[in-house]
Amino acid sequence: MRGRVLVVDDDTALAEMLGIVLQGEGLEARFCGDGDAALEAFRATRPDLVLLDLMLPGTDGMEVCRRIRAESGVPIVMLTAKGDTVDVVLGLEAGADDYVVKPFKPKELVARVRARLRSAGDRPPETLRIGDLTIDVAGHSVRRDGRSLPLTPLEFELLVTLARKPWQAFTREVLLEQVWGYRHAADTRLVNVHVQRLRSKIEKDPEHPEIVVTVRGVGYRAGPL
Amino acid sequence: MTPGARPVGPPAARAGARPARPSRVGALRRGARRGLLRRWRSSLQLRVVVTTTALGLLVAVAVGTYLLDAVADGLVEERRRAALADAARAATTAQAQFDASTPRTGADVEQLAGDVVSALEGPGPDRLRGVLLLGGEDAPGRGAEDGVRVRDLASEGLTPSDVPATLRRAVTSSDVQQSQLTDLPGGGGAPTLIVGSTVTLPRAGQRELYFAYPLTSEQRTIDLVRTTFAGGGLALVVLVGTVAWVVTRQVVQPVRQAAGTAERLAGGHLDERMRVRGSDDLARLGSAFNAMAAGLQQHIGRLEELSRLQQRFVSDVSHELRTPLTTIRMAGEVLFDARAGFEPVAARSAELLMTQLERFDTLLSDLLEISRFDAGAAALEPDPQDVRTLVHRVVDFTAALAERRGSTVLVSEPASPCTAEVDARRIERVLRNLLGNAVEHGESRPIEVTVTCDESAVAVGVRDHGVGLAPAQLLRVFDRFWRADPARARTTGGSGLGLAIALEDTRLHGGRLEVWGRPGHGCHFVLTVPRAAGSPLRSSPLPVVPVGWREPVAALPAGRSWPGPGGVPGVGAASGAGDAP
Repeated sequence: MRGRVLVVDDDTALAEMLGIVLQGEGLEARFCGDGDAALEAFRATRPDLVLLDLMLPGTDGMEVCRRIRAESGVPIVMLTAKGDTVDVVLGLEAGADDYVVKPFKPKELVARVRARLRSAGDRPPETLRIGDLTIDVAGHSVRRDGRSLPLTPLEFELLVTLARKPWQAFTREVLLEQVWGYRHAADTRLVNVHVQRLRSKIEKDPEHPEIVVTVRGVGYRAGPL
Repeated sequence: MTPGARPVGPPAARAGARPARPSRVGALRRGARRGLLRRWRSSLQLRVVVTTTALGLLVAVAVGTYLLDAVADGLVEERRRAALADAARAATTAQAQFDASTPRTGADVEQLAGDVVSALEGPGPDRLRGVLLLGGEDAPGRGAEDGVRVRDLASEGLTPSDVPATLRRAVTSSDVQQSQLTDLPGGGGAPTLIVGSTVTLPRAGQRELYFAYPLTSEQRTIDLVRTTFAGGGLALVVLVGTVAWVVTRQVVQPVRQAAGTAERLAGGHLDERMRVRGSDDLARLGSAFNAMAAGLQQHIGRLEELSRLQQRFVSDVSHELRTPLTTIRMAGEVLFDARAGFEPVAARSAELLMTQLERFDTLLSDLLEISRFDAGAAALEPDPQDVRTLVHRVVDFTAALAERRGSTVLVSEPASPCTAEVDARRIERVLRNLLGNAVEHGESRPIEVTVTCDESAVAVGVRDHGVGLAPAQLLRVFDRFWRADPARARTTGGSGLGLAIALEDTRLHGGRLEVWGRPGHGCHFVLTVPRAAGSPLRSSPLPVVPVGWREPVAALPAGRSWPGPGGVPGVGAASGAGDAP
């Protein structure tokens, strides 16, 4: 498992503390304290994961998130001081994979980081077909008619989880556990937002999804009905 | 002018005779009377118009009656004077005629008397006066010769008995002319003036001569005047009423508008103002009212602004505290994890640091949650959920704490799902709080959790048999930072905001959170939420007063009224489905 984490946070004490905790877990931490410099630091360090504070001087966290997402599928975990609905949803929609709300426990943070790093691990060769999509699990690619669809690791993971059992409807809680690695009930908006993002990339008509279908009262399942 | 056409009587007298009505109509009339009474009380305009009209009517009737009397008196007096003069003249003429005659026999006297009387009557049927010559029937007159008698004579339509006895006495006992008004049957409703005097007939002696003057034309004039007065008076009263109506309308309309505006202002529409036209007193009322409304709005605005600033401040402080707290917390945890290698004092300090950081953390997040509610930033995200599942999740979550405290949690629930559109996160938080409190204060006795639903609402009851709460405490149990036992509270943790947040969460669902408690007998908290998000909640399927207790609910949070216990059958006592150790 690779383990380079870019910490984008203007609070130097917190950044240093994060560094101590991450290094205690055997991860390598790099720091950036300015929104304007974040993208440059990202390009320079090529991290495996970004810890991003939403409140940044200069370019704000949301914008940084959008820019990083535009050029990479690297896992992004937001640090937010706000548990407010709107901020979390906006952050997720900007491309963040997960979030932790300050003040968080170190173990909680480490669990989130590990969950996101793990998904990039090695897999046995496996090919799944769902609808008109071909998923190469080991090669981390999704193709429609031979054309590759760019997905972030998280979106890929979500699609693979659903596609492995196309006969099964997944509740949001189960998806949170299997894709995000939450043991306890967590924010189901994570699932909602990422299903929307996934649909916008793989569905021909995201308004009338055929690959990731909503099962009313339960959650989601893969494949045409 | 039609003679004899008299008004039949006042309208009230005519309307007086009514047939008896069936009781249904009576009830209808009573209802109408009640409605009228209500209108009378509520409408200033009606009152003013009715009073003014009544007063106008009174004055018109009084003045009319006085004038009519004066006119009638004048007319009658005039006629009497003319009649007296006429009668005197006629009597003198008759006496002269009698004096100049020298009849021989009684028959001659009678002949003479008849001639004189018919001459006095005047010619034709339109005679002005009737004539009576009386006094010879029973006894011979004074100075009469023997054997000469004259029968009583009367004009057509008159009889001797038409002359009142009092008048006759007055005439016979004096030499002067006498008169009296009397009603005769032939008078056509008009009174008749009778004037009497004495004449001396040759040979037959003294006789009474009466002239009857019917006042028909005077009566006609009076009737005409009365009709005119009545019409005029009625018109006047209508005019007065109309004027009162118009004037009060002009005054009452703006007052009503002001009342309506004030009601809307009181209803929270602070932008409501009165229309102001012109510069009269009502316009002044309008502008004064508007000034008051503007002043109020400004004040309320300032208070709102202050309150908003206050909330904003709490929210900002909480947010600002979060970043350093995160650092402190992580540092604390690192120290805590490494405490095995510390000196005993440092190790204990690391432990204390850790536990208090946990508490600080809880306090801060609760404070933030409350500040979100205060700022109105809390939004409901309803989703169909089986409340039984949520209850089980919370019971599992609390299991460890319950085990530490030695409490068992018994869940009783219906076999079919209790689905409701709720925000799972919030409902779980409420239940976690209730169950946490029950374990905390339950004195290791069993805790019963009851899930019930009917077609419109789902209720969860959490009953403990611990220390309980006194009525005065029940009233404060949802207050922020309130603790039942200040001395004990600090050791048991908790932010003191738990129930306040639970109440806000419940309100957000449009539900209710109720509590029953008895010192020494524990508490019963009941959370009720409507099954459909946004639909109003009328009753709860689970009474907050536990089975076996009769007294009314001591505390009703959020000012909601309780329809009274025992309305809906619950699932009953806990069946013992233990979900926790």
